[in-house]
Amino acid sequence: MSEMNEKIVFDKPESVIDRATHYCPGCHHGIAHRLVGELLDEMGLAEKTLMATSIGCSVFLYNYLNVDAVESPHGRAPAVATGLKRARPDSFVFTYQGDGDLASIGMAEIMHAANRGENMSVVFVNNTVYGMTGGQMAPTTLIGQKTTTSPTGRCETTQGSPIRMSEIIASLGGVAYAARGSLDSIKNIRTAKKYLKKSFECQTNGTGFGFVELLSGCPTNWKMTPLQANERIQTEMIPYFPLGVYKDITEDGGVC
Amino acid sequence: MTKKPERIFVKGNEAIARGALAAKCKCFFGYPITPQNDIPEFMSTEMIKAGGDFVQAESEVAAANMLLGAAASGVRSMTSSSSPGMSLKQEAISYMAGSEVPAVIVNMNRGGPGLGDIGPAQGDYYQSTRGGGHGDYRHFTMAPGTVQEAYDLTIRAFDIAFEHRTPVLILGDAILGQMKEPIDPWVPENIDEEAGRDWAITGKTADREKRLIKSLFLMEGELAGQNKHLQAKYDAWEDLSECEQFECEDADLIICAYGSIGRIAKSAVRKFRKEGKKVGLFRPITLYPFPSKDLKALAEQGKRFLTIEHNLGQMVDDVRLAIRTVADSDFYPIYPGNLPTPDELEEPILKCLEGK
Repeated sequence: MSEMNEKIVFDKPESVIDRATHYCPGCHHGIAHRLVGELLDEMGLAEKTLMATSIGCSVFLYNYLNVDAVESPHGRAPAVATGLKRARPDSFVFTYQGDGDLASIGMAEIMHAANRGENMSVVFVNNTVYGMTGGQMAPTTLIGQKTTTSPTGRCETTQGSPIRMSEIIASLGGVAYAARGSLDSIKNIRTAKKYLKKSFECQTNGTGFGFVELLSGCPTNWKMTPLQANERIQTEMIPYFPLGVYKDITEDGGVC
Repeated sequence: MTKKPERIFVKGNEAIARGALAAKCKCFFGYPITPQNDIPEFMSTEMIKAGGDFVQAESEVAAANMLLGAAASGVRSMTSSSSPGMSLKQEAISYMAGSEVPAVIVNMNRGGPGLGDIGPAQGDYYQSTRGGGHGDYRHFTMAPGTVQEAYDLTIRAFDIAFEHRTPVLILGDAILGQMKEPIDPWVPENIDEEAGRDWAITGKTADREKRLIKSLFLMEGELAGQNKHLQAKYDAWEDLSECEQFECEDADLIICAYGSIGRIAKSAVRKFRKEGKKVGLFRPITLYPFPSKDLKALAEQGKRFLTIEHNLGQMVDDVRLAIRTVADSDFYPIYPGNLPTPDELEEPILKCLEGK
């Protein structure tokens, strides 16, 4: 085929840095990063973006997105983002957090940032496990799921039930938008991007706090192939963590 | 160059809040804890009037991390607390020291350990001068002794924070926070509100590379390099140390005391001087950097030392380190939980003076 006939039909977004990532094969962080990067480009937000990164596998997000960033202590990204947004209200501020970071050690920070209706966006990647530290039980680990700290499977009576964050966040007064998407299939990825876009728009329009949960695969710590991991999302995660929009006040105007 | 509005009669807590506003602090993040509540209460209205923002955080942990975020974007920001709350803030302070984020933090020290009481104490000296969180770091620490000094040092704290990209701690106690005194408020001129323009995260524009405020250094040699850089920065602060020397020139015995205790000791020194006894006061104003050179110079003149603290003996370590090759220091503790008086200090001072 001559050069004349070649046509680029798929390229990386400007906001995504062209480099290899440290993620395992089949990990969905790359997809989530790309969705964020595409939206920063499409919505023209990159130059005004201040990103509060978190602790876990996504700690190196700042190596992959070409925007200004501050590294937050474990779970504190919503507090750090609150500081960023209050100090620089014209910026576009978002956090990107995993389920251990957001739903365990950072539960207070996410709940109160949401409840205050901070005008910021949260990207919540839920893969039901602590990935970076080697596959320990997370607050979202499903009942019966084996991890390195629940080797016989999570037990409801001694270890509690997996926390459904989108439902909890949607119940808080300050929240403009809360939705749960999934990264297991093309169709779900496209829907997830729509959710993220709506959440980002809530901030750019000044409507308020936007929260999007993304069900994601962690083949390494689930001890599965990438395809098996996608199947697990469909057969085990989605039934417990139903997909959809849990709150959307954009039709009624803003909060406060 | 300063403008001088009229004299006001305020608590130490309010003086600090007013000093911060005079220094163009634009964000305050607080959480209720006695005896510092006047600061967030004052800020909740006055910061908004000053065109800044105020957040009552869900915890001291969150307040300190909000401070980290706001300050990372180069905006003059502050938080305040008291001892139990300071323990919670140490996480973010360690990150701020590691990632060189400038901010001002106030601790109105109360009695400890644990919940302790709500009265004055100096039990947080170690935490305030050794890097109270994890990792090997220091931050600038200043200890005002009067309400006016609290106002003045708060203004200075913001300049130091931005000049050296460091958290700056103002260490007071329940006496300073709750005591009312007349002060002359002043407003510094020519404050550079964008002093962080070369490093702060403000949005990656086309004309520059992206910026990253971080304390994670995983590549070989990287963290050691960062620690070396930080240590060099701390070493260079030595010349910025400050102290008050009162009646030291001909003194046989020097009382070393800081903050409110320094002030109470000053009363005792005045009383002894009236009786012709040669006692002086050495009051460190910066606790880190500690004014070691000034103290050593006094030791080299053959003077003796008595350190008095409202704790079980913490600053006395720094006193001894400063004078270790030429002299030593006695120590008298005021137990946290007890309220010190000038009369209480007379006996130990007299004993020391008589060499008993």
